[in-house]
Amino acid sequence: MVEFSLPKNSQIRVGKTWPKPEGATNLRKFKIYRWDPDTGENPRLDTYFVDLDKCGPMVLDALIKIKSEIDPTLSFRRSCREGICGSCAMNIDGGNHLACIYGIDEVSGDVNIYPLPHMAVVKDLIPDLTHFYAQHASINPYLITKSPTPGKEWKQSIEDRRKLDGLYECIMCASCSTSCPSYWWNGDKYLGPATLLAAYRWIIDSRDEATPERLDQLEDPFKLYRCHTIMNCTNTCPKGLNPAKAIAEIKHMLVDRIV
Amino acid sequence: MRYVTPRKAAIGMGASHSGTAHHWWMTVSSVALALLTPSFLMVMGTALQLPERAEILMYFTRPYPAIVVALFMTLGMMHFIKGTRIMIDDYFEHTARKVAIILSTAFGWVVIAMTLFALARVQLAFAQAV
Repeated sequence: MVEFSLPKNSQIRVGKTWPKPEGATNLRKFKIYRWDPDTGENPRLDTYFVDLDKCGPMVLDALIKIKSEIDPTLSFRRSCREGICGSCAMNIDGGNHLACIYGIDEVSGDVNIYPLPHMAVVKDLIPDLTHFYAQHASINPYLITKSPTPGKEWKQSIEDRRKLDGLYECIMCASCSTSCPSYWWNGDKYLGPATLLAAYRWIIDSRDEATPERLDQLEDPFKLYRCHTIMNCTNTCPKGLNPAKAIAEIKHMLVDRIV
Repeated sequence: MRYVTPRKAAIGMGASHSGTAHHWWMTVSSVALALLTPSFLMVMGTALQLPERAEILMYFTRPYPAIVVALFMTLGMMHFIKGTRIMIDDYFEHTARKVAIILSTAFGWVVIAMTLFALARVQLAFAQAV
């Protein structure tokens, strides 16, 4: 359901401004969304100053520096620090990015950091991805076969393997799904770009033998057809993938079944 | 409060196995309307340039203007009904969604009925006069 304003308990208040580090000459201002479920207070926007001369180049470097040296209560997910785990996806400067591969110098002015949009927040910059992961699990993201298992391996030609390029690289960071207005408004039913990209990855796999069942499972006004080709997903994907094209291909296959 | 596993919440009531026909209809009707719209505008432009009401009515007794208007309005409103359904599904839920679907469908069919009735009335009046 579309929402044009935040509920009262989600409206963001002005937060604390933390002191500037002494003797620093190359300061950058970070405004970071903070919310602690234990306090019962509204979310707030805290302001931090980071000395860029003593900080790595990426937004995640600044967040780690803030957590280590200024405010240890700041919570965020991170793991690999090289754009492969998808943990540190967050909304930076109005767009969804991986903090570990998004440079501070790519932001002009203050660096505004929020959790991924329109998701329930666990704490600070940590969104609740339970439903997102359950949706991914619901499309059976694994090879389904009916033929007798071959003695050695399921063979695939080089050409068929190439069809998976641009699909298998998805790291499930949820940047695309949480940038999609249709997912904001109907995320309970609409599978969203990340899950549909994964679904197409298995539909198009030459070894998979459950294509009709997979297409049947997707044919629904809400699960699939909430995609209106807004293209936010493709614009924001930090891995440079094209979920909108994958969704269009699924629609194309479904039309081919009836026309 | 409901205790439902995340997987059950994600699956919901399953797929309705519909939507593709709707998607295909919107595509086909869009192309048809793109082709029909210039003809419709030309017909309406010609009709609006006529000085007398009687001449305008006479103009719509001719086959080409009458068929173009009937086709455009029928197809246009059917496209409207199915198009608004997409927006209604986006913006409304529960009872409000059902009421909005009924209203938009009723509105579309009333406009179609009025258009066809008006054209038929002009045709019948012309036939009686002849």
